[in-house]
Amino acid sequence: MSERLTADVAIIGGGLMGCSAALALRRMNRSVLLLEQGWCGAQASGVNYGGVRRQGRPETQLPLAQRSHAIWQGLPQLVGSDCEYTVSGHLKLARSDAEMGLLEEYREQAEKFGLQLEILGRAALRQRYPWLGDKVAGGSLCASDGHANPRLVAAAFALAAKRHGADIREGVTVETATFDGTRFTVRASKGLEVKAKFLLNCAGAWGATFAGQFGEHVPEFPIFPNMWVTEPMPKLVEPNVGIVGGGFYVRQVARGNFVLGGGRGTGQLAIASARPASASMFASMKMACEFIPALQNALVIRSWTGVEGMLPDHQPVLGASATTPGLLHAFGFSGAGFQLAPAVGEVLADLVVHGVTATPIQAFRIDRFSE
Amino acid sequence: MNEPQSELQSESRIVIVGAGPAGVRAAEILVAAGLRPVIVDENQRAGGQIYRQPPAAFGGSVRSKKQLYGFESAKADALHRTFDKLRSHIDYLPETLVWNCDGQQLDLLGRGQHQSLPYSHLMLCTGAIDRILPFPGWLLPGVYTLGAAQVALKAQGCVIGSRIVLVGSGPLLYLLAYQYAKAGAKIAAVLDTASFSGKLRATFDLAKQPLTLGKGLYFLAWLRCHGVKVVEGVQKIAVAGEQKVQAISWHKDGSEETIECDAVASGFGLRSETQLADLAGCAFEFNQINQQWLPQRDFAGRSSVKGVYLAGDGAGIAGADAAEMAGKRAALALLEDLGKVIDVRESRRLDRALQRVQGFRRGLECAFPVPVEWARECADDEIICRCEEITAGELRHSVSHVGTVEINRLKALTRVGMGRCQGRVCSAAAAEILACSAGKSLAEVGRLRGQPPVKPFPVAVGVAAHVVESVAENAGEEAS
Repeated sequence: MSERLTADVAIIGGGLMGCSAALALRRMNRSVLLLEQGWCGAQASGVNYGGVRRQGRPETQLPLAQRSHAIWQGLPQLVGSDCEYTVSGHLKLARSDAEMGLLEEYREQAEKFGLQLEILGRAALRQRYPWLGDKVAGGSLCASDGHANPRLVAAAFALAAKRHGADIREGVTVETATFDGTRFTVRASKGLEVKAKFLLNCAGAWGATFAGQFGEHVPEFPIFPNMWVTEPMPKLVEPNVGIVGGGFYVRQVARGNFVLGGGRGTGQLAIASARPASASMFASMKMACEFIPALQNALVIRSWTGVEGMLPDHQPVLGASATTPGLLHAFGFSGAGFQLAPAVGEVLADLVVHGVTATPIQAFRIDRFSE
Repeated sequence: MNEPQSELQSESRIVIVGAGPAGVRAAEILVAAGLRPVIVDENQRAGGQIYRQPPAAFGGSVRSKKQLYGFESAKADALHRTFDKLRSHIDYLPETLVWNCDGQQLDLLGRGQHQSLPYSHLMLCTGAIDRILPFPGWLLPGVYTLGAAQVALKAQGCVIGSRIVLVGSGPLLYLLAYQYAKAGAKIAAVLDTASFSGKLRATFDLAKQPLTLGKGLYFLAWLRCHGVKVVEGVQKIAVAGEQKVQAISWHKDGSEETIECDAVASGFGLRSETQLADLAGCAFEFNQINQQWLPQRDFAGRSSVKGVYLAGDGAGIAGADAAEMAGKRAALALLEDLGKVIDVRESRRLDRALQRVQGFRRGLECAFPVPVEWARECADDEIICRCEEITAGELRHSVSHVGTVEINRLKALTRVGMGRCQGRVCSAAAAEILACSAGKSLAEVGRLRGQPPVKPFPVAVGVAAHVVESVAENAGEEAS
């Protein structure tokens, strides 16, 4: 059985990037065919921590993050669901004066991009957040950051794109993608063949594989962030909490569960191969309980991980191919793509429709690794 | 605590999970061959669910084995004696939960502490849990599972109420009614969702185990003889009450009947506990007889993963006698795989006996089928997942509005099975609802992927855990 289709744009990967691009393109009246090997949003997009955070991002990402922030505010209108998005604030903790110095330095940088941060010393912080332990030296609050439910976001974007007329095929594995000088031909499982003028590589941890088919070599490797969740607890922690240097991050959802992450699980670059690691869970538990002692009374009900694409400089690949006209990449978000995704979709649509985008993305160009 | 620390460095360690009929008989074979397995068991004392023993502190004086196990007292006693004899030849970790398996080692929670236990061979004898199908009022205090009602009687010598109704299907229904009545409990009614005609159709297969069939008929006759109300082919069960169970109603042949009661136990057959096999990486296949995805195993109990063996009800429901045989057979397979010479006549005898049990199992499923109309008739406002409070209507909405056709997607999108029980209680019912509303078979909607911990794990234990592995290099960026 074979099926031949044509579309303005073919998208490889039904993660949040691909689904967001599909929706943005449909809103600009481009025909879209999206191919996903599993279910939309079932990989990194669906199993990540769920932080919707600009604080702590490098300067290069802040314009993109700011554009995304604006889209997050209108999520219900855009995709028909609030996806449990909450503007809870994001609090980054410091353990020492040196770390406080880093937070103050970052605040000055961020201000240039219109991101307002509030630095709180030990006393002010513990007064505002009495649940904090005594190891904390201070913190930086971004009141307009927050968190959302990752299980719902990519699925909502996929559904919205479908409602807008995108053709989304799940359970279809792309085998080859080629360019004949005018059009792309994508061959996939189930005898599916797609011809399109534009090809979007939104294949996440698998992104470098497809880039390689067009002679572009990216040193991407998979990582497996280790996550766990407690049973519902009385409401205690309002902001999404992280710490300078990483190690643990935690948010309490409306239902009362604490969602925590830290360290890595194990796995391979294959669907359903990733698994959480007990040692990583224990390490993040120890650290989280030092700062939020009440967590000691909780029961963990589940731990998990998922596969994410990592790049050596922790920056994604986003933008036009350096070898093939009409090929656009958006992958390797290095464990920090969730907040960015709505804007990434719009940027990709800008590039398809106008050839340019107003959002600076030079830092993410694909040929930076071949320099 | 008798920790197997001395062997921590040894290259070969056989770990048996579960000290029920399968686990104990497997250990017996291994010990006879000169090996020293580790048995990890969640209970205080050996025996599993069926031959569960009261706490040692009760002193055995409360109820005799004859009272506790009835017809099965000789088998129970034999198993307990075997275990006592094995005791000095095995490493035994009672009251210990295996909460994770990463393919090379088990994570244990015993007496408030974490311990990792590497293994070379793993024998999973994890037993079963009731199949639970919600009905109106199933969350009222006073509603138990049949299994829980039996645990109360065997372990604690108490019953669940003073006017009790037992409802559901499967052989446990009549066995429990008999045990409760013999213990002096007041059984107000036994309500069987299976019909008499279905049982009649199954008689041919059931006759393959005439003794077991005979016992079932005996229980039924005994109950009727002693004036216990037994109703077959009931539908539309509903429990009512303010704050707690006060009455139960049902339909039969188009008319409704209600009786007062203060406790209800329900169960619709048993389901294998397969979480550890899943975490160990075993391949699964859908089993029509069990109406459940089960780990694949060969006739002798080898799973798809080298070194991992499966026996007893945890690998497909077949009952205690079959579990004893399957435990022995899997242990013989393990010995064969270690290159030891085994008693081939014994292994062939076990193979033939286990084959006969399968025929009987087919009969039981025919006699006590999972009620097919349940998923269709279950009301939209019925809570299916009690941990996360997800209703049948929410599940159906995900099917009709989002096009959900797979159980893990249903979990991701609705939170069904995401709570404290991790789907142990609700996944069977959720899969039935999903299959029914999506027009798919139970096999097609798939099975919930297992994630550790198998049961809730205290953060405080994790904080206190001694972690050997270095995770410093994985400090972990703040994701997203």
